[in-house]
Amino acid sequence: MFDALPLIAQYLPAILRGFVLTVEIAVASVLLSVLLGFAGAAMRLSGHALLARAGQAYSVLVRGVPDLIWMLMIYYSLQLVLNDATDALGWEMIEISPFAAGIFTLSFIYGAYFTETFRGAMLAIAPGQIEAACAYGMGNLQTLRRITFPLMMRFALPGIKNNWLVLTKSTALVSIIGLEDMTRLAQQAGSSTHLPFAFNLVSALLFLLITSVSLQLFRWLETHYQRGVKMTVHGDE
Amino acid sequence: MSEDSSLYVFAQALWQCAQALPMTLLLTGLSVAAGFCMAVPLGIAHHRRHTLSARLVRAYVYFFTGTPLLVQIYLIYYGLPGFAFVNDLMQINALAFLKDGFAWVLLALLLNTAAYSTEIFSGAIRNTDAGEVEAARAYGMGTRMAMRRIILPSALRRALPAYSNEVILTMHATALASTVAVMEVTNAANLFVTETYQPFAAYAAAAVVYFTLTSTLVGGFKWLEGRYLRHVRHRG
Repeated sequence: MFDALPLIAQYLPAILRGFVLTVEIAVASVLLSVLLGFAGAAMRLSGHALLARAGQAYSVLVRGVPDLIWMLMIYYSLQLVLNDATDALGWEMIEISPFAAGIFTLSFIYGAYFTETFRGAMLAIAPGQIEAACAYGMGNLQTLRRITFPLMMRFALPGIKNNWLVLTKSTALVSIIGLEDMTRLAQQAGSSTHLPFAFNLVSALLFLLITSVSLQLFRWLETHYQRGVKMTVHGDE
Repeated sequence: MSEDSSLYVFAQALWQCAQALPMTLLLTGLSVAAGFCMAVPLGIAHHRRHTLSARLVRAYVYFFTGTPLLVQIYLIYYGLPGFAFVNDLMQINALAFLKDGFAWVLLALLLNTAAYSTEIFSGAIRNTDAGEVEAARAYGMGTRMAMRRIILPSALRRALPAYSNEVILTMHATALASTVAVMEVTNAANLFVTETYQPFAAYAAAAVVYFTLTSTLVGGFKWLEGRYLRHVRHRG
């Protein structure tokens, strides 16, 4: 195990470049999927039957099929559809980069999970809060910014945390559609040096680092959004 | 069927994926069953805060819930045979099945789902109503008997909604077995793509198979919840 260290040191810069790519994909996807989640939750809560149905279909369908299937389907089919389109229009072929496809797919998948998170959080807000805002003469936008959004974040935070942790781990799937992310680079280094255990352990530890830092960050966010809540002793009430 | 060619291709893909369904079911069933047997004792150890065994279980859970399953599969499938004693085991004729991806993927899936289930069960044990434990004590039950007769049956029932979700995620996770050449539903779809170059039909067919399986599991667990969580529903 210890004679592996010089080799690990040799490959570490490349693996760290993969680490940066993994973090970039995770952050870009989570931002996009939060937006999709807001849209999905708004659709489900719109009270418009067709929109609500569409929002529900999106969230149920996406969550009923493995991430990997979506990843493969979107990456390979989107390219073919695009080829047909560019052929028909007589344009030059546009090649979808695995980077864009990865972010697009992850956002599409986790948008469904965020839809459920935000919907649940919106439903958890006591109607009296919004009535009170109305009684104070706040407009719709003002209510959203000052009352609904901060309250929703409080209820949504555990779900957001969970989605983010699952999403960061799902980024490993982009290695299957050919992206040079941390998982792939470590696995390649492992097979070319005949030290697959050591190198995959390196990427596992780097993933643990992302998880640990995220947990710390969310602890801080939770105290931020819990302001104004009387802390009760944990346990049965 | 022959007139609409894309529908025909889809039907072919669906047939190919359906033939690989037993492998997906086998991987799911074995890893969930073994994971459950592992997670119950680990969950009991996990919820005791400061013992050595609790620390070890926590470290295990932390590692397997904090890293991607794909990395765990690589670590086990490519990594473990690198150790001399594992390699020696693989040379034994009776253990020749270790040369296939199946055994290693199963090990990875089982360790992964056992870690998540441990967390779920431990949480359910921790949240047992203090009154239930007190009542067990008042009847003269010791720690072990109270755990076996009162706490575990109550905790496992309350864990059912979270655990059903974990079972579905494990079924979805078996798709990753395709990365090490196990012929389950996703790999059947991959094969169909290389044969016909029809990725959309192939993966849509796989999606239909997985979605049907998900719906069946959701339905099954709804029925189980109706049966075993009746007392909770009435209280609400």
